[in-house]
Amino acid sequence: MTPRKDLLDIASLTDEEIAFVLDNAVPFKELFKRSVKKVPTLKGRTMLTLFYEPSTRTRSSFEVAASRLSADVTHFDIESSSVVKGESVLDTVETLEAMRVDYIIVRHKQAGIPGLIGRNTRASVINAGDGWHAHPTQALLDAFTLREIHKDLRGCRALIVGDIQHSRVARSTSLIFRRLGMSVAYLAPGSMMPREAPPEIPQFGNWRDAFDWRPDVVYLLRVQGERIDEPFVPSAAEYHRNYGLTDQRVEILRERGLHLMHPGPVNRGVEITDAGMNYEKCLINQQVENGIAVRMSVLYWLRPGAAE
Amino acid sequence: MPAEERTLLTKAQMAAGVSALAEEICKANQGAGTIALAGIFTRGVPLAQRIAAEISKKSDLQVLVGTIDITQYRDDLDTFQMVPKLEGSDIPFDIDGLTVVLCDEVIFTGRSVRAALDELLNFGRPQRVQLATLVDRSGRELPVQPDFTALKITLAPGERVAVCFEEVDGHDSCTVQTQPPAR
Repeated sequence: MTPRKDLLDIASLTDEEIAFVLDNAVPFKELFKRSVKKVPTLKGRTMLTLFYEPSTRTRSSFEVAASRLSADVTHFDIESSSVVKGESVLDTVETLEAMRVDYIIVRHKQAGIPGLIGRNTRASVINAGDGWHAHPTQALLDAFTLREIHKDLRGCRALIVGDIQHSRVARSTSLIFRRLGMSVAYLAPGSMMPREAPPEIPQFGNWRDAFDWRPDVVYLLRVQGERIDEPFVPSAAEYHRNYGLTDQRVEILRERGLHLMHPGPVNRGVEITDAGMNYEKCLINQQVENGIAVRMSVLYWLRPGAAE
Repeated sequence: MPAEERTLLTKAQMAAGVSALAEEICKANQGAGTIALAGIFTRGVPLAQRIAAEISKKSDLQVLVGTIDITQYRDDLDTFQMVPKLEGSDIPFDIDGLTVVLCDEVIFTGRSVRAALDELLNFGRPQRVQLATLVDRSGRELPVQPDFTALKITLAPGERVAVCFEEVDGHDSCTVQTQPPAR
């Protein structure tokens, strides 16, 4: 496969590139069973995480992935840096360029910033979430996780539940699922339903209709604390009652043998409960483990300085 | 296609070479009880399988067969135009205390074997590691030598040995090409 410089979103990947990343993640995951979980593939390279929004999971996942490829890992601490003193993103990038890092992992609240950085550095840039736009490695790990269960994803049906409108995860994951031949439907309160969704994606306002659509997997999104308030939803309790995976709904999943996914971190008592977390077909832990393998596969594929 | 290509080993000579390798490996490991062969992707894999079949015919050694993918250990990935697809190593047995014979169709610079050793040792601590190659050609860049080889030959740096196995390529052949095809 031809190497790419940056990974900014799912939309810009070809079907072959998606398959290449997912296929290569399999042997990377095999490493985790060994006593030595490390290979020297990126020995001497440096990966830097540049997170303008807080994250613990995605950042650690990238850090573990890079460590297992023998890259050196460093973090650009925004909180304590000159960024709080008003340094622009591009000034920061110039600094990083001078440090000659090879991979920059970017999260920013504004869509498009990872692409802007990518155009201004020789380093490979991976988008780890930009605004409502994209979170491509999350989408890749979701597809990888589901592919471990259904060898061929064509015809598989995923119901995505929660704040679709404000979710880059929903955007990227819907896209990759559909690219792999799956059907996707949304369940959300009207205030959280996307305003510009493809017409092929059915939109449901309640669980009964959504279950009638016969999904194979239910994908819950995290409800952001700041959205629990007017005008989105009146309260956490009401969200839970109407759109959360209540204990009774977990029983429906169990009866029908449906799988459950969530990008984490979860809000217990809002979109999910202990019963959902303990549900035997809950794939959250597999998603976390697979995230490392998929990110290793992405780092393996990208090449700093490659022509775009 | 390369400008010039001449046969190094005929199909029959290849078969005889595999048989001779099996013989030598058996002799060197008499009384071992169990021996493991690890084929280096791509064409070390069919070589290992063929040697294993011969050993099973000739002796009562128990033979285990695994595969080694060295891609993650290469020190020259940057020079590749394309990023290679990973096969993944498959060593479905415990190598601790075993004699493991790495199998590769050609040894040239010795760098593949170096990478294969690194990968193999991540699976455990074999008692001993040996190396079997069908062709040992000149041009070593590392101090690595095969324990068993069917054909040893001196070639110019621009010449390339191409071994084909039916399992991978649809036919058996072993030739020397004067111009290496671009990777």
